Amino acid sequence: MAIQNREAFLSNLAANLGRPQKREGVKRPEYSVAPQREVFKDYSTEELIEVLKEHCKVIHTDFVRTRKKDLAETLKEVLDGYEAKSIIASNDRRNQDYGLDVAYEQFADTIDVHLWDSKLGKENQVIAERTDVGISFSDITLAESGTVTLMTNKDNGRSISLMPKCYIAIIPKETIVPRMTQAASKIHQDNENGVDAPSSVCFVTGPSNSADIEMNLIVGVHGPVKVTYIVVD
Amino acid sequence: MSIKISEKPYKERIGQGIENDFMRQAVSSAQGRFRTGRLTQAEELGNWEDWRQLGSEIRSHTLENIDYYLYQLSEQVEKRGGNVFFAQTAEEANEYIENVVKKKNAKKVVKTKSMVTEEIGLNETLEKIGAEVVESDLGEWILQLDEDPPSHIVTPALHKNRQQIRDTFQEKKGYNKSDTPEELAAFAREQLRQDFLTADVGITGCNFAIAESGSVTLVTNEGNAEMVTSLPDTQISVMGMERLVPTWEDMEVLVSLLTRSAVGQKLTSYITTLTGTRLEEEVDGPDDYHLVIVDNGRSKILGTEFQSALHCIRCAACINVCPVYRHVGGHAYNSIYPGPIGAVLTPLLDGYEDHKELPYASSLCAACTEACPVKIPLHEQLIRHREIIVEEEKKSPVSEKIMMKGFAQWASNPAAYKLSTKVARTALKPWTKDEYIENGPGPLKGWTDVRDFPAPGKQSFRTWWNNRQKGGEA
Repeated sequence: MAIQNREAFLSNLAANLGRPQKREGVKRPEYSVAPQREVFKDYSTEELIEVLKEHCKVIHTDFVRTRKKDLAETLKEVLDGYEAKSIIASNDRRNQDYGLDVAYEQFADTIDVHLWDSKLGKENQVIAERTDVGISFSDITLAESGTVTLMTNKDNGRSISLMPKCYIAIIPKETIVPRMTQAASKIHQDNENGVDAPSSVCFVTGPSNSADIEMNLIVGVHGPVKVTYIVVD
Repeated sequence: MSIKISEKPYKERIGQGIENDFMRQAVSSAQGRFRTGRLTQAEELGNWEDWRQLGSEIRSHTLENIDYYLYQLSEQVEKRGGNVFFAQTAEEANEYIENVVKKKNAKKVVKTKSMVTEEIGLNETLEKIGAEVVESDLGEWILQLDEDPPSHIVTPALHKNRQQIRDTFQEKKGYNKSDTPEELAAFAREQLRQDFLTADVGITGCNFAIAESGSVTLVTNEGNAEMVTSLPDTQISVMGMERLVPTWEDMEVLVSLLTRSAVGQKLTSYITTLTGTRLEEEVDGPDDYHLVIVDNGRSKILGTEFQSALHCIRCAACINVCPVYRHVGGHAYNSIYPGPIGAVLTPLLDGYEDHKELPYASSLCAACTEACPVKIPLHEQLIRHREIIVEEEKKSPVSEKIMMKGFAQWASNPAAYKLSTKVARTALKPWTKDEYIENGPGPLKGWTDVRDFPAPGKQSFRTWWNNRQKGGEA
């Protein structure tokens, strides 16, 4: 049941290519050029942060930089700016490292706080849908395009960055790389080493948008309308 | 829908395009913006030719070994709990998807934008069995409500203006606000959110399937693909068999080429890469996953001189620079794949019979070839199509055949040729104005319907030459 019609389909392709079907022995060639590895090649982290900050202007995203010890305070300021009455956050083990577990407990005095709880199943989606702001960590951050890479797991659902009207990405400084090349290489290497890709890897660049009506840019369509990146030293 | 979008003859479609002032204005300004965006991005990288070279090498290697990589892809999808169906025809693909939808007893299906599902006519198939099908890309949703085909592969509703869109929303969905794009989009958000939450099945296209891990990559801006693949428990991804790359590293390069070439963005807002079913204890994503791999005429192109047409990554850069598309718009091509790539691909997928005019809908200026991020020699393939049509298929447009036949007889008879070039000026005088013929008679009509024809000179070239030899007027 799982794979159907494969044999006839593939043997037809091989026949049209004028050779027997290939099942093994194909190696990716050394391509003649590798321009993707040249982009921001020798940039320091500080220089990459500058690139990221500049590009946030292009992608309609607010950029904030803070230190680990000030993160809770900075986060609260951003939430107040959004007039958040409710938040949903990933149940990330990094929450403790960054003091967010304590911060979320304090926030709960004044706003609704929900941490993703896999035991609740689909209820998480229902909560995300009615919540004002989603918060999660970027796993790999791409300076060139201003992109946060979100890898799904049982404690970090996709709905967090998708359903609420606003989204805040916490960006640990060490997750910043030049561009998508480095993120793709890591997942490729993991795969070679027998580590499976997450069920979803989302490269998210700012708020959702569309130019489908008379080519006018509309920021905020199905996903979030407002996005803030908080880079943490 | 299928690959063809209407039964109207070519000339009528061209005429409609040319007379549609709003569409022509919209296309012209969109082309300008897309083109500038692409050029800015290319310039910023500084080594764009290297990028194109890399893109072209990745595509060549993948297509040369397509059976190997499709095998690997299907193995990996199965390993991650998914099902794979190889469909040689549109009918097979539709039947499989119909069965999945039936088995789930699904009432509502939400879709992301997908050219291949347009090509196989999936929506009609599902509607026939009583399922409600909702397109969730804003442009596609507008077209679906208005029952209109797409005219561009990246911005499908390019030919519609905001008043038309407001009227459609009013009529079909009871919308009662203004025609500002923001309010129209906010309305779509609110309406479609309910559809996402209540859909039983999500159907997506596929920009690039990654063989090494069995993943499917979707490139979007609106966030609708995220919704379609996060919320429903059943997901079906449909891919043309050539939408394939060996590894994540290759995907990354092609995505970079695609977003820059298509919309001048470094990356779109969402590059979503999905692998199989959701894992244990995860909440978002499907627990039942199907990948449908569609041939539908593509394999006939393999091993031929047109193979590189399968390298296309659907960025529309060729469409955005084409002077012919600029004037006639997307619908004139009578194919869901318009512009230069459409003119190359449509006759290959659907035969010359219904599409023999398309290779002629080009000025052969080669702007398309120059723009293509994976270096498909589009204008050369258009010339090759013309050669095949004329030499082998004898299917060149009728008017051209008659004209060429007449010309041959006339030009091979020296007396007739001499006489007619002498009398032409006098004979055509009634239609001549300021040395141009505006509404010519007989065989000239086809030409002068769309442009003016210079009136024959006061003397023919031969007369002029003879005079010149004798030292007369030059």
